[in-house]
This record gives sequence, C-alpha cells and structure tokens, in this order.
Amino acid sequence: MEKVIVPEPHVPLPSGKTDRSLLQWMASVDHKQLGIMYLLTALLFFIAGGIEILLIRIQLITPDNTFLGPDLYNQLFTMHGTTMIFLVLMPTLIGLGVYLVPLMIGANEMAFPRLNAFSLWMTLLGGLILYFSFLDGGGAPAAGWFSYAPLSSSHYSSTKGVDYYCIGLILTGIGSVTAALNLVVTILTLRIPGMDFRRLPVFVWMMFITAFLILAAFPVLNAGLVMLLIDRQLNAHFFSPASGGSAILWQHLFWAFGHPEVYILALPPFGIISEVIPVFSRQPIFGYRFLIGSGIAIALLAFGVWMHHMFAVGLGNPINGFFAAGSMLIGIPTGIKVFNWILTMRGGSIRFTTAMLFAASFIVEFTIGGLSGISFALVPLDWQLTDTYYVVAHIHYVFLGGTLYAVFAGLFYWFPKITGRKLSERLGRIFFWLFFLGFNLTFMLQHVLGILGMPRRVYTYPDLPYFGLLNLLSTVGAFLMAASIGLFFWNILTSLRKGERAGDDPWNAWTLEWASSSPPALKNFDKVPPVRSLRPLWDLKHPENPDWKNEKSKQTRNEK
Amino acid sequence: MKNKHPNPLGADRADRLAVASQQYVPIRRELPERARRQYELLIKFFVASESFFFMALIISYLYYRGVNQMIDMTDQVLNAQSTGMFTALLVLSSGTLWWGRHHLERQKPVRLAWGLAATIALGAVFLYGQGLEYAHLLRENVTVDRNIFGSAFFTLTGFHALHVFVGLILLSIVLILTLLGDFTGPRSAAVAATELYWHFVDVVWLIVFTVVYLI
Ligand code: HEM
Ligand SMILES: [Cu+2]
Repeated sequence: MEKVIVPEPHVPLPSGKTDRSLLQWMASVDHKQLGIMYLLTALLFFIAGGIEILLIRIQLITPDNTFLGPDLYNQLFTMHGTTMIFLVLMPTLIGLGVYLVPLMIGANEMAFPRLNAFSLWMTLLGGLILYFSFLDGGGAPAAGWFSYAPLSSSHYSSTKGVDYYCIGLILTGIGSVTAALNLVVTILTLRIPGMDFRRLPVFVWMMFITAFLILAAFPVLNAGLVMLLIDRQLNAHFFSPASGGSAILWQHLFWAFGHPEVYILALPPFGIISEVIPVFSRQPIFGYRFLIGSGIAIALLAFGVWMHHMFAVGLGNPINGFFAAGSMLIGIPTGIKVFNWILTMRGGSIRFTTAMLFAASFIVEFTIGGLSGISFALVPLDWQLTDTYYVVAHIHYVFLGGTLYAVFAGLFYWFPKITGRKLSERLGRIFFWLFFLGFNLTFMLQHVLGILGMPRRVYTYPDLPYFGLLNLLSTVGAFLMAASIGLFFWNILTSLRKGERAGDDPWNAWTLEWASSSPPALKNFDKVPPVRSLRPLWDLKHPENPDWKNEKSKQTRNEK
Repeated sequence: MKNKHPNPLGADRADRLAVASQQYVPIRRELPERARRQYELLIKFFVASESFFFMALIISYLYYRGVNQMIDMTDQVLNAQSTGMFTALLVLSSGTLWWGRHHLERQKPVRLAWGLAATIALGAVFLYGQGLEYAHLLRENVTVDRNIFGSAFFTLTGFHALHVFVGLILLSIVLILTLLGDFTGPRSAAVAATELYWHFVDVVWLIVFTVVYLI
C-alpha cells in the first residue's frame, strides 16, 4: 500500500466572518458551500410555504369561515404545494447530495463545480420568479400545484399567475437537470480506487438512481410547461379542447413527470435512512444488494404507473386495470426495503439519538403513506376518495412522514460534519415528539375527513357532523408542528454558536465523509482511508476484524 | 442503557485511529484523461435528457393527430419535397462533421477546420430552408394561434430549430478555436461533445420530418 506523505497546504474554508464573505459565498463553486446554500434556499421557501399553510389552516378552523376568501385561498394552496415540492424538498435533497456525494466517494469536488453553481442559482431564480407573482397585480397562480387544463388556460386563469408558475418551474427544472447531470458524472468518474459499485454507500446509490429519474422526468414537465406557456402567451391551442387541443394530454404530461417525481423525492430519503439506521444500530446494513436492486426496480416501475393519477378521468377499464396492477407492484420493492431496515435494527444495540428517532419513525409513517397509496391503486376506492382530504392525508404521510422525517434524520446526523458542532439532543428530542404529535394529529384525522366526504381545495365547508371538530383538531396539530419547527430553528441557531464540539467522527460511523475533518477543509481530503469494503472506517478502526476479510462469508454482526 | 455505550470518542478509539491513519492513501487530482471522459459523459447524458424533451413534444403531436383527430394540414400547406432536400443537407452536415473529427484523430487540424466550416454552412442552409417554409406558412395564414396544427407544428419544429441554432454557435466556437490552433489531435473533448450534439440534432430532425411530413 502507498504510504503517505506531505499534506497539501491548508486553505481555510470560506466563512461568514471575513469581510469578503458575502461575495465569497455568491461566487463560490465549492460543493460544500453550494450544498449549504441549497439547504438555506430550501429553508427560506419552507418558511414561506409554512406561513401559507398556517393561513389556510386558520381559514379551515371552523365551518363557513371567511378569513381568507376563495381567491386568496386558491393562491395559497397552489403556492403551498408548488413551493413544498419544487422549492423545499427538491433543493433539500439535491443540496444534501451535492454536499455529501463527493465526500462519501472520496472526491475533492463535483465533476463540474461551475455547473454546480449554475444549478443552484437557477433553482433560486426560479423560486424567486414564482414568488414575484404575489407582487404582480393579479396575484399568485391559483390553479393548484398541477395546474390542470383548462383551469390553467387564460380563459379561467386570466391573471399572470400561471405564467409565473410556468417560467419559475422551467427554470428550477433546468437547475435540477443540470444538478442531476453533475451528480451522475461525479459518481461515475470521481470515486477513489477501491470504491466500486458494490461498495458505494446506499445514499450515493440512491442519489445516482434519482439523478437518472430527474434526467428523464423533468424534461417531460418542461415540455408541458412550455406548451402551456405558448398557449397562454401566443394563443396556441394545445390544452383547449374547444379548438382541437386536449386537456387530458396535460394530465398525461404532468403525471408522466409527476409520478417519477414522487420517487425522486423518496429515493434519496431511502438512502439517508440506510445510512442512519446501521450506524445507530451498530450493525452493517442488512441486504445491501436488495436495497440497491429494489431502488432500481422502483425507478423503472415509476415510469409505468402515472395513469393511476387519472383513474377518475374515464380512460376505460382495461387501462385502469393495467395501471392499478402496475401500481401495486411498486409495493413489493418498497416492502423489501422496509424489511431491510427492520432487519438491520434487529438484534442491534440501538442508540436512540434524535436522528435515529426520526429514522425509526420514518419507517412507520412512510408505511402508512404507502398503504393509503395502495388503497388509491384500487380503482373503485380511488373513484370514491379522489379529490377529498384523504388525498391530502396520503400526500403528507408520504412527503412529511417520509421525505421530511428522513431529512430531519439526515440533518441531525450530518449537522456535526457540516458545522463541526452537534445539534442539542435535548432540544432535538422535544422537537421530535412535538413534531410527531402535531404531524399525526393533523393528518391522521384527514383520512377520516376524506372518507366522510370533505373535498379538498374548497375554501370552506358546511357545518356537517364532525367536520368542524376534525378540522379544528387538524389545525391545532398544524400549529403544534409549526411550534416544533420553531424549536428546531432555535436549536440550529444556538447549536451553531455553542453546541457541543463534534470532532471528526462523533457517531463512530463508517462511511468516508467521517474521515475528513468537521467541517471539511476546502479540498475535502488530502488522503483517504483505503476502501476495501462497504465500511472503510470500520476496517480502519478494527484491523483485527475488518469487513473485507468476511466479505465472502456472512457479513459480521459484531460490536454488540 | 446509556452506560453500555461509552462516548465513541473514547481514548482507546482515538489511539487506534491515529495508528490507523498511517495507512491512508493519497488522492490523485487533475488527470487530463479523466477530464475528457467527464465532458464526454456530460454531453451524452445531456443529450439523453434532451431526447425526453423532444419525445414529449413528438408524442404530443401524434396524440393530437391520432386521439384528437387534428385537422391535418400537412398535405395542403407543407412542402415535403423541398424540406426533404434541406433534410438531406442536414444529414450531409453530420457526415462533414464526422469527416473533420476523423481527421483530427489523424492530427490534421486543417481538415477539421474545413469539416467544421462545411457543417456550419450546411446547418445554416437548413435553417434558411426552415425560414422559407415558415414564411410560406405565414403567408398562407397558418400561425401558432390559427389552430392546433399550427400550434403543434411551430412548437415542435421551432424547438428543433433552436437546437440547430445553438449547435451552429457551438460549431463556430470550435471552428475559431481550431483556427487558433487549440485542437491538434488526436482527441478533444470539445470536438467530441459538439459532434455528438450535432448528430443528436440531426437524428431528432429525421424523426420530426418523418412524423410531420411523411406519415
Ligand atoms: C405544517 C405543515 C403542513 C400543513 C399543515 C399542510 C397542510 C396542507 C393542506 C391543508 C393542504 C391542502 C390544500 C388543498 O389542496 O386544499 C396541503 C396541500 C399540499 N401540501 Fe401541505 N401542509 C404542510 C406541510 C407540507 C410539506 C412539508 C409538504 C411537502 C413536503 C407539503 C406538500 C403539500 C402538497 C404537494 C400539497 C398539494 C396537494 C394537492 O392539493 O395536490 N405540505 N397541505
Ligand atoms: Cu403516482
């Protein structure tokens, strides 16, 4: 083995403390700074989207309320959904990927640092343009986050809101595609020797698969948006049935993107969970190959099921049956993953840190979301429940109970790497329980509301039995959640200044990012541990019992 | 529970890490070979991604035609023969570019320059042809807002033309750099990337031409 030698001269990481700091950040092409800026972008829009939904929940607190009125209500739910998906979850996951992937594969940078900056700024620009719509006399888009034609046509949405929607999403879409290109090439070309595809951390694998999904899905959305924009600006006829267009084609284009998008927002969280659970269970991940394989299977199936969002359109029984069956199939690889995580924990010595709390409850909440999803794949049930609050409940069990839980797990896990300090575990625990309570209170009840028949996207409702009570509780839950998020921000702010110093490897973890300093130096590593198994840092710390010696036999379940 | 898991940063582990870090391997940086591979991969995946964009537009066109019974004005207003000629020129331009790159491999940059110049000329003639067609259609009062045929036709061919135009800019940059002596062979990521992109634009046109003019 090569022995090492001279460390390179140490370039200090740009920080907020120098006099050129703002310029330094704006001009930065460092993947860690850009990753942090992605996260800050997401945070900015998370606050906006959160305020929007709190207003909505106030409106829904009692029957026959008139707090917002229908127009503003429509704008707020449209902006809420659009923001959370395109400007919160996408930047968060891409940001984590941009920050972590190079570190995890032992690289100094992304393959194209300047393209990386371009992606970030496109995303932010798109978001700002979308939000600029509030200032344009007519107000924000109000046709829902999927902007169904003909509602989104200039006849029914005569203000400029939907135009901002199109332009904003096209720009963030371009940002996402370029980020995905960068990730793919980085993972293909910058792995250090030894890090072949059998030894890639699960998170990197999932980002890799996700990047391919982005490359295929977002151009389809962009094509649809471009057509919608041409319809609105140049009086074309793509989506107006009266003059030869097709409103259903919009749905096809949107969901041919939209369904894969759901997995773009689910696979990276699967990766995060697969990093967090083993470390806090002190066991190697169970069934690595199955995790990867089922990830690929999910990605492939994702493109074949979009019409399950269109059962109510009336495409006919053969088509509905085919897509129902396809949708159920996705349950299989997803189920495999769930069992892998549970089996990873089984018999382990589990440390219930905040990160682990979120990861473990991710499994529960995400499964609930998955089950209500499968219930939608049953066509008759879908006919009954579509466009009710049952959908709202389902969406949120997937995106909050799934993606967001995983993001919180990941943030608690990697915060020490990013900042050099740990988040407060005490505040973290309170945050977790508050959030857990608020989340389930808000959305569990919405299943019931949906079954009782409360339609979504209607700004008020009559005083039917239980409607008032359930909505009231749902709003209380939402404010609990908001309070818990406030606590989380407080945790970040205080921990940044006086949190416990983390050291390079506070969790005694196994992947390469923990071999760099915390925070990592400008050029990540001068030298990295040799990679001869899935857990290079384990091998390093346990020369007497390294993984690669047991790779052929059953993986060791040591360190109990 | 807690005592069972002492601080992972215990002294024992720190010692072991210190010893272990002796076996770290250094990172190698800046391999020109690798950089070239990165650019070639980048353009490949970019083109793959773009093909999904065009696929959506083309499928939409077919959808209007099939499912929505688009009033098809192809036979009345489009001139498949003259566009067919310009199509042949575009195909030829892929050939001239291939010829140029082929000679770069043999380290004859002058021929690369000639190949590029020919490609640019042919591409420009193709765009000119499309301009003629557009002018003709506008005179016939076929516009984006006339009917669904106009919307679909101008959007699909317009986006293709935009890609040709971007290709011409790329080719011009490569030509200037070639004249300045930047590319001496045998390989160059810039030339390879531009070539792949141009072939892609060409193939997309063959599909669009078939879909719009022939069937
Ligand atoms: C405090 C937390 C949240 C509350 C109380 C909340 C509540 C709601 C409500 C009541 C709606 C229904 C609006 C309507 O369409 O009538 C909605 C829609 C939506 N929310 Fe949230 N939300 C929260 C956070 C999030 C987050 C974090 C995400 C994404 C990660 C998200 C994604 C969505 C989406 C995509 C929709 C649109 C659903 C649709 O109508 O198609 N929400 N939210
Ligand atoms: Cu779906």
